[in-house]
Amino acid sequence: MNELVTRSAAQIARDVNGKRVSAREITAAVLQRVDETDDRLGCYLSRLNELALDCAQRADRRIAAGETLPLAGVPIAIKDNMCLRGTRTTAGSKILENWIAPYTATAVQLILDAGGIPIGKANLDEFAMGSSCENSALGVTRNPYDLSRVPGGSSGGPAAAVASFQAAIGLGSDTGGSIREPGAFCNVVGFKPTYGRVSRYGLIAFASSLDQIGPLTRTVEDAALAYDVMAGHDPSDSTSINRAVEPAANALREDLKGLRIGVVKEFATAKLGPEIDALYKRAYRELADLGADVVDISLPTADYGLATYYLIAPAECSSNLARFDGVRYGLRVEGDDVGQMYERTRAAGFGPEVKRRILIGTYALSSGYYDAYYVKAQKARTMFAQDFRRAFEHCDLIAAPAASSPAFEFNAKSDPYSMYMMDYYTIPMSLAGLPALSVPCGYAGTPQLPMGLQLAAPLFEEAKLLGAAHAYERATEYASKAALAV
Amino acid sequence: MTVKTKYEAVIGIECHVELKTRSKMFCGCANEFGGEPNTKVCPVCLALPGALPVANKEAIEHMIRAGLAFGATIPAFSKFDRKNYFYPDMPKDYQISQYDMPLTLGGSVGYWLEDGTLKECRLTRIHLEEDTGKSMHAGGGDGRIAGSAYSLIDFNRAGVPLMECVSEPDLTSAQEAVGYLEALKRTFVQLGVSDVKMEEGSLRCDANVSIRPAGSMKLGTKAEIKNMNSFRSVLRAIESEITRQIDVLESGGRVVQETRGWDEAQGVTHSMRSKEEAHDYRYFPDPDLVPMEIDPALVERLKATIPALPHDRFVRYHREYGLDPKQATQLVDNLPLAEYFDACVSASGNAQLSTNFVLGDLSRLANETGTPVYASPVTSASLAELIGLVEAKAITSKTAKELLERMWAGEGSPKAIVEKEGLAQTSDAGEIERFVAEVLAANEKAAADYKAGKTNILGFLIGQVMKASRGKANPALAEELLRKKLE
Repeated sequence: MNELVTRSAAQIARDVNGKRVSAREITAAVLQRVDETDDRLGCYLSRLNELALDCAQRADRRIAAGETLPLAGVPIAIKDNMCLRGTRTTAGSKILENWIAPYTATAVQLILDAGGIPIGKANLDEFAMGSSCENSALGVTRNPYDLSRVPGGSSGGPAAAVASFQAAIGLGSDTGGSIREPGAFCNVVGFKPTYGRVSRYGLIAFASSLDQIGPLTRTVEDAALAYDVMAGHDPSDSTSINRAVEPAANALREDLKGLRIGVVKEFATAKLGPEIDALYKRAYRELADLGADVVDISLPTADYGLATYYLIAPAECSSNLARFDGVRYGLRVEGDDVGQMYERTRAAGFGPEVKRRILIGTYALSSGYYDAYYVKAQKARTMFAQDFRRAFEHCDLIAAPAASSPAFEFNAKSDPYSMYMMDYYTIPMSLAGLPALSVPCGYAGTPQLPMGLQLAAPLFEEAKLLGAAHAYERATEYASKAALAV
Repeated sequence: MTVKTKYEAVIGIECHVELKTRSKMFCGCANEFGGEPNTKVCPVCLALPGALPVANKEAIEHMIRAGLAFGATIPAFSKFDRKNYFYPDMPKDYQISQYDMPLTLGGSVGYWLEDGTLKECRLTRIHLEEDTGKSMHAGGGDGRIAGSAYSLIDFNRAGVPLMECVSEPDLTSAQEAVGYLEALKRTFVQLGVSDVKMEEGSLRCDANVSIRPAGSMKLGTKAEIKNMNSFRSVLRAIESEITRQIDVLESGGRVVQETRGWDEAQGVTHSMRSKEEAHDYRYFPDPDLVPMEIDPALVERLKATIPALPHDRFVRYHREYGLDPKQATQLVDNLPLAEYFDACVSASGNAQLSTNFVLGDLSRLANETGTPVYASPVTSASLAELIGLVEAKAITSKTAKELLERMWAGEGSPKAIVEKEGLAQTSDAGEIERFVAEVLAANEKAAADYKAGKTNILGFLIGQVMKASRGKANPALAEELLRKKLE
């Protein structure tokens, strides 16, 4: 493996800005790495070799002209639910299989403007609905640590691409855990900022009130770098927050002195088995060893997270996905009249999980059920926010598992509920809009596979969150203690 | 009691009005009528994957002004909701609208009927939403969907801001419904919130019509009437529907709740769909748009921008100045002319003469020359000066007419012309007697007829005196002197 592809994003940016290596050299090395590995891994749905080389050339020219670019020459894997002008943008769905985006998502544009190099559009569960990438209608992505296992999801493509050195930064989206869980499964950092911190403009919507773009990276420093580039108000997204962003790259720390870290009583890990229980107990101890004051906290509503999420997210998705009707773009299956055309197009275009959620959401919003389901779920959501606010009176950050197990084998979760349970620990933070990340914290199972520690912070405290994760990562270096299968 | 008077109609109107804004409701595309199909579109109004709406501030301000004009309450909080249903010319397959927290609540619309009767209709609410694109059915079928081979869609109109005004069922006849709609139209035009061009589809309305035994308080079953494309079709459709419902009841039937379409050519309404087929729109708050907090300071600022409203003008002209309803309406519907008129009334203090000149001679001159009255050389101040001369009997009304023509031609102020030409009315008896003698000499037969008892010929003789004096003679004095000579 070419050493160039193993460098972190921060290192690449430093080297390219310092003209020690060109963006073109980095890009060529990564494209070669993709050629060598991705047939086995299936991270990318579309490879963007030509565009990547054009961008690399442009980055080199800008640097030659005296500019400094925060992401100079950094190879990027873009989850294929983000629009990039002129590229196929599928959301992992048959219904958009051949759709070419005519515009670029704000977050993607910021990454490109900062000198990032788009290597390819990465696989995902169809419309970001899933926790294993198995719901993609367009390809299989494998876990780079064990090819018989899933990479997690829905951002499985970018997570696996970053883990396997096919990119330094993956752009993912997280609705109920879709960055954090694949991050944990693929032994990388997966970071979901506060809801509204990064513009959603150009991100194909799943559940608008929960969707948030964030980075998947091999180091916390790289997550901070990508976040600093993407965060900020976007006039094209009414839900993006107009509030100053504290640069996270300046807040990285080496210890946790003075921080109170809460461990959620209701998230008792004993039920996950002795090995995983021991692993998380060790992780909490490691936090304490770094100087944190580890305290017990309570989230009384924790158990209602899944039920609440699986009303709100499907309700929003049932409406968001209505536009895929065969009229203007994407798949169309002709019918005798427009109604039949809708039915045939959507029957052929959507996969089973997407259909299931559209049905659940349509039902939850229908007259006579709306108050009992949607309105009640919104009230529960308010309770989650209150629970977290109360908990954060006793701590600065919260520590929890990122997933209840390491990566599982393909087809292991055949019933939807056991798949939904994968997000048990990540959903509460999503419902409250909190910034949260997963950082590698060791290995479990046979064979030994990566696990992730989830850290969460109060709204807008991304810098504090990344700072603490950095200290944990530096002290433990778990990610480097396993070998890739490719 | 006739069948017609046995029942009374209860009518409510839902009316969609396109707002006049620079850009569309949720994107930066131009809000303009027409143009090459699909040239005023972007990812947002085409509902491309990933596109997001951003609410148009100008449209929200228009809504608040419209509400304030009708005395509506402007709630401190408002929000947008999604109305979910599939339709090919609605790109998102949901419409962003407002469900339970509209921008304006209540208020009432004052309107008048042709005979000047003043009426009022309460508003339930006005809410803000977005328009759809337009479907065109091609390949046979004469433009109708049935029989057409395919349809084409123009999305230029998709996302144009639309306000929906919902009235209470306060209207009792087709004439009242039209009066109400005319009042809405006049007010929106005057506020500058809409052009209200029905022919361009910028005002579209549905009517909920029911009937009940006269004097009953219980509401009958209503039918919703659609496809009315002009005020005239509103009038005809409601009249036809009332008659239909009376016929149904009189023949022992029951009115069913349904949507009925107005057939302009046949002059009848047809059933479109019944209540059982009604949509479940699955309204829920749009998570892409944050709730609106309406700043009371903004409301105050907007209140200050509301001009004199058509209804207040009509009441003033009709009730205070005594203009007949047609004259008053004519003025109200021509704002620059009404402002000209108001300026003249306030300068002259004489509404009657102002009306006569503005709607009489000046409007005639405007028609003849193509120059509007308010843009002509006859300023409201010079017209007031002329009225002053008439009131002071310094000139005769005949002279006034002549002066007006000369003022219109740009010859200057009436006083200046009068002085220059010696046109002032004369009450010099000696001078008028000379004209009388002249006229009687030239009209011996008329004088003889008068003496023989045909006294109504006097008017002709007075006219001849006026003519001989080039209009300067005081007509009352001329009459007196004529009588003296003849008797």
